[in-house]
Amino acid sequence: MSRDVAILWLKPFIARPIALAGLCILLATVLAAVFAPWLSPFDPYAIDPVTRLTPPNTIHWFGTDQFGRDTLSRVIHSARMALLIGSGVVVFALATGVPVGVLSALFPRLGHVLMRMVDVLMAFPALLLALGLIVILGPSVANAILAIGVGYMTTTTRIVYGLTLRLRAETYVEASRSMGAGTIWLISKHILPNLVSPLLVQASFVFAFAQLGAASLDFLGLGAPPEIPSWGNMLAESRTFITRAPWLLFFPGMMIVATAFSLNLVGDALRDRLDPRFRQVFGEKG
Amino acid sequence: MWSFALKRTGTTAVTLVAASVIIFAFIHVVPGDPIYVLLGDTATPDQIDALRHQLGLDQPIVLQYLSWAGRVLAGDLGRSIFFQAPVTSVIADGAETSILLATMTMIWVAVIGVPVGVVAAVRHGTWLDQGLSGAAMLMASIPTFWVGLYLILIFAAWLGWFPSSGYPSIFEGGVVNLRYLVLPSLALAAPNAALILRLTRASMLDVSREDYVRTARAKGIRPWQVVRRHILRNALLAVVSAFGFTFAALLSEAVVTETVFALPGIGRLVVQSILRRDYPVIQGVILVIVVAYLLINLIVDLSYRLLDPRVELQ
Repeated sequence: MSRDVAILWLKPFIARPIALAGLCILLATVLAAVFAPWLSPFDPYAIDPVTRLTPPNTIHWFGTDQFGRDTLSRVIHSARMALLIGSGVVVFALATGVPVGVLSALFPRLGHVLMRMVDVLMAFPALLLALGLIVILGPSVANAILAIGVGYMTTTTRIVYGLTLRLRAETYVEASRSMGAGTIWLISKHILPNLVSPLLVQASFVFAFAQLGAASLDFLGLGAPPEIPSWGNMLAESRTFITRAPWLLFFPGMMIVATAFSLNLVGDALRDRLDPRFRQVFGEKG
Repeated sequence: MWSFALKRTGTTAVTLVAASVIIFAFIHVVPGDPIYVLLGDTATPDQIDALRHQLGLDQPIVLQYLSWAGRVLAGDLGRSIFFQAPVTSVIADGAETSILLATMTMIWVAVIGVPVGVVAAVRHGTWLDQGLSGAAMLMASIPTFWVGLYLILIFAAWLGWFPSSGYPSIFEGGVVNLRYLVLPSLALAAPNAALILRLTRASMLDVSREDYVRTARAKGIRPWQVVRRHILRNALLAVVSAFGFTFAALLSEAVVTETVFALPGIGRLVVQSILRRDYPVIQGVILVIVVAYLLINLIVDLSYRLLDPRVELQ
């Protein structure tokens, strides 16, 4: 049974080598984050004025920054912040979007009010909403997750709402209801299990865009505190050294691109194996 | 048509009022008393009492909102603490840069995104299509500020083709000053061109499955004629309406790009105002962008309906 399930999930990746490559890059990022202290050749915080701004060489593969810190070690340690922000935003978006979306679809009166509120929030462009929330809450890692997450809560709610409306109209759901099934039974037996695959697709896209959003906040100095290594912070700190040390910005930037691109590839592959009726909710037809 | 227009305008108005409540609340939930926020840290107790009474902050919150909304409708967005000038004039100073940057970006998006999307759709399923679609997804995954920094390095620092930062007004230095906006608009265009490319492709494929396209092909019309006259014309309707949303979104997306290129636009104004704790300016910019966003969406929806009567109100 479990082997069949595994094959079912891996199928879209085997058919598409580039999506498989994306999955491998993601796995590598997770491993880098988990084993960062053992993988890093140097202490990411160790300052060495003598070797400051050295180009990539056999000792410092990615070179060193303006404080002589090893760029490779900092890039590896930054994977932790990337995963933390990404999973934080996904958890927040799902934990808020799923209940609101499901309940709105099952109780039209409540839904009318809640979905109008979602519309109002969607009138605020995502980055602007995040900046406004950071002003109110103050810059920190948790607040960055919240500020970015609110923007994706709205899109997740809309998708869950659309999916649940479709599921509610299915014959087997109606049959179950006519046989006296309660709301909790419907949600746990019919709605939620069917939402798992589309939400996995949504999660990979949200994770991808959370990377870009977090990088923007870090770059503006409104995200993670500057002493924490993150790809966005590395870009912000080394920005003024771009003409003297172009490699400094290359590696952290490439890591943002690699993770976001991989997540998009994975999301795309997973979306293609979705039920065609569900695919429409993601704005992609047939 | 008229009932649609009325209903759609009505929902926009309701959304706008609800959004304005949130924006009004902003100045009341930022850390610190709004009076200190408005006067800065150096205010004397007398000044504080005077302003509190003058702004009506000793009145019930509902009345405060109504009088704030009244002032906003009269074109008064308050005063900037940093500039000691009306917020409206501070925003107006940045408008030229932001609007020109957004316009130039949209030109790149149209010139790159649409034709490439058409090519991908016409060559649907081939390696060319897969390559172009993959490239689009890659472009959508690159942070604009990172692209911007390397554009500065290559085309400003190394080659010296374009200026690296700033933007002097075209009303003072002439149209040549548009060269200051070339690199920032390219950086900003990359992810948006990718989106329009994917949309053009999807929309073309959608239309090409229509019955009238099959009929046209069956009549023996040349393939490129079918693409140009039957598919492209109808597919572009959805694409052009996406241009409206993209333009509206660009006003806020430009925040990071304007910061990288030190452009005196509205986006950089937001970031600087956050660092200066100039809350009235932040509030004013959010209001202006949300209003622009809602209005552009309304206009797009109405004109879309005008062009394609099949569209129904959801």
